[in-house]
Amino acid sequence: MRHVLSALVQNVPGVLAHVSGMLASRGYNIDSLAVGETEDPHLSRMTFVVVGDDHVLDQVRKQLEKIITIVRVEDVSSYDYVERDLMLMRVKAPPGGQRSEIRELVDIFRGRIVDVGPDEIMIEISGRESKVQAFIERMRPYGISALARTGRIAMVRSAEATADESEPSPAEARG
Amino acid sequence: MSTTKAGTDRRVMTGADILVQSLVDHGVEVLFAYPGGCSMPLHQALTRQGDQLRTVLPRHEQGGAFAAQGYARSTGKVGVVMATSGPGATNLVTAIADAKLDSIPLICITGQVPTGVIGTDAFQETPIVEVCRGITKHHYLVTDIADLPRVMKEAFYIATTGRPGPVLIDIPKDVQQDTVEVDWDVPMDLPGYNPTPQPVAAEKVRQIAAAIRRARRPVIYAGGGIINSGASDQLRELVAKTGIPITTTVMGLGVYPGEDELSLDMLGMHGAAYANYAVRDCDLLIALGVRFDDRVTGRVQAFAKDAKIIHVDIDAAELNKNKVAHIPVCGDVAEVLTELNKIVEAPEDISEWVHHCQKLKQQHPFSYDESFDGILQQHAIRELYKATLEHDPYITVGVGQHQMWAAQFFKFRRPRTWHSSSGLGTMGFGLPAAMGVQAAHPGSLVIDIDGDGSFQMNIQELATCFCEKLPVKVFLLNNQHLGMVVQWEDRFMNRNRAHTYLGPIDHEEAKGPSDADRFAYASDRYPNFVTIAKGYGCGAATVRRKADLRGAIDEMIAYDGPFVLDVEVPYQEHVIPMIPSNGTVDDMILR
Repeated sequence: MRHVLSALVQNVPGVLAHVSGMLASRGYNIDSLAVGETEDPHLSRMTFVVVGDDHVLDQVRKQLEKIITIVRVEDVSSYDYVERDLMLMRVKAPPGGQRSEIRELVDIFRGRIVDVGPDEIMIEISGRESKVQAFIERMRPYGISALARTGRIAMVRSAEATADESEPSPAEARG
Repeated sequence: MSTTKAGTDRRVMTGADILVQSLVDHGVEVLFAYPGGCSMPLHQALTRQGDQLRTVLPRHEQGGAFAAQGYARSTGKVGVVMATSGPGATNLVTAIADAKLDSIPLICITGQVPTGVIGTDAFQETPIVEVCRGITKHHYLVTDIADLPRVMKEAFYIATTGRPGPVLIDIPKDVQQDTVEVDWDVPMDLPGYNPTPQPVAAEKVRQIAAAIRRARRPVIYAGGGIINSGASDQLRELVAKTGIPITTTVMGLGVYPGEDELSLDMLGMHGAAYANYAVRDCDLLIALGVRFDDRVTGRVQAFAKDAKIIHVDIDAAELNKNKVAHIPVCGDVAEVLTELNKIVEAPEDISEWVHHCQKLKQQHPFSYDESFDGILQQHAIRELYKATLEHDPYITVGVGQHQMWAAQFFKFRRPRTWHSSSGLGTMGFGLPAAMGVQAAHPGSLVIDIDGDGSFQMNIQELATCFCEKLPVKVFLLNNQHLGMVVQWEDRFMNRNRAHTYLGPIDHEEAKGPSDADRFAYASDRYPNFVTIAKGYGCGAATVRRKADLRGAIDEMIAYDGPFVLDVEVPYQEHVIPMIPSNGTVDDMILR
């Protein structure tokens, strides 16, 4: 089972080292870990993607909660939530037909071209992990020369029913 | 933030003085501190508070840290140890890891190189906070003197509340020397630390009571959490009300009187056969302040496999960690038992089960060959127990065979009288821990039951015992070997000696395969512990004949000052029973 945990942590030196050290020493497998400040400068948010059964998840959550500088841990994936991953990618795109093809795919995936070189372009794309993954697969045949991802971040939706600001599913994108 | 106290108390102080004043204000009476370049300002400040705070100088930082543990374990108060940067700090590491595993409240203060050179690989610089992250409950590197009063307040709070543990405070030399107009009345900043568990729901307590009422074959399995929680009285009341047999972990020895007929003594790898059988066969296991450690459970799937399990612990992460509980309760075990005792009723009829347990106890007692005319380790411990009964002594141990025999043959009557490095299993724990116990209880008899391997890992602390007037007694079960490892060699490795003999390498005992008799003594004695002890100024004697043992013990107790009694014992004796690692009760070796 894939779970997305979101932890609010005190913004003090060493928290990331503490958290990653604890996860490593207890042998928990983390697919992704992202950290950034929140609206409160004293607090940061860490988002973890953990794959494991309920027992593993329960232990990861409890061990995280034991770390003094971790304020709160939430299993975001047990709620209705939005998840995003930001990716930057440089892909081979010599001027001509290939570059047009790539531009079309970028549009379909709602990405952006953020830099254009003589033989390469840089693409920014964000979305759910599966969408980003699907885009990477589409780009492979053209030749990816560099790729960077932020890791997943996630947030629970407001209590009232809201509409997703329409993220195309990978299936739609492929279509 | 209130400023009432600050309004009158504000004055300019150095970082070192703030730290020491804070120790005094938090009720610290003794600390163990070894100075060095980066902690000198702290020591200078300690001299200024010498009338309020005793500073004991150990002879190794690890000794200081285990002494602080002995102080903490025997009083329930925070133990404090201080060391300099670099090697001073890294010498604390083992004792910090030890305190973490045994949940001991410890504050470790380390000097650090000045902030300006942190990160430059300066002389005696180690990133001790990085080293210790995973083995502390919490840790601080104080880079701003203004943070110091808050950090000290938080450190004491964290070390002692919830599940206790070690807190490290690393303080650079320039912060020690810096001055500030100190504000003592600072709030703590711990938004993520909520050590006070929710009061346990009445419904949970009723569930426990109902499970007890319905049980046919219940057993209580109690551990160190009972001691930390101060729940020994409540536990005794529960046993008195329900008549349920009780076994304890190594950490739990003393929570229930070992000589009571409902006591099944210790369980686990070297626990009593009757305790392990009872747990195997029980239908309700009441686990109180324990963590289902592998040395207790063996193969965890087979442990109490037909039983309903109630597990009470203050640390939520222990619930369902190693063993799934049917009734998991996160709470302070003293509070839970207080509530439970108000409503609990004895199970309907467990007289047959209790009778069965008591019969097991008669059939499989801890035993040894009493006919042997020399001194066996078990005999020595039993004699020590009898000889010291009226002194109500404090016992510490090292790690190995002597530790397990002490757990088996010394009967403890109250909490905090037995001190063992249980989770980490640190050799060398016994002597320095005894030193700390003695510092906390100056008038009491404190005995380190030790082995010759463990003793030599912190033997330098004899100097501390002598110089600081800590009259610790060392009851040394000297078999010239690393007995527990020898036992495993004998049982699982064709008796091949692999660096387990502690004498010169040209001696016969050091050479590989062994065909020694059951009661073999090492042919030579090395080192001469009596000479060493006397060199340190301690009293000392050797005893080998069974008939002389009691007299030697009496001499040791009567001696005015630290004393080493070197008891010569054979080296082929094994700790029995034994459940091999990851085995089950049915694999238990009984002879």
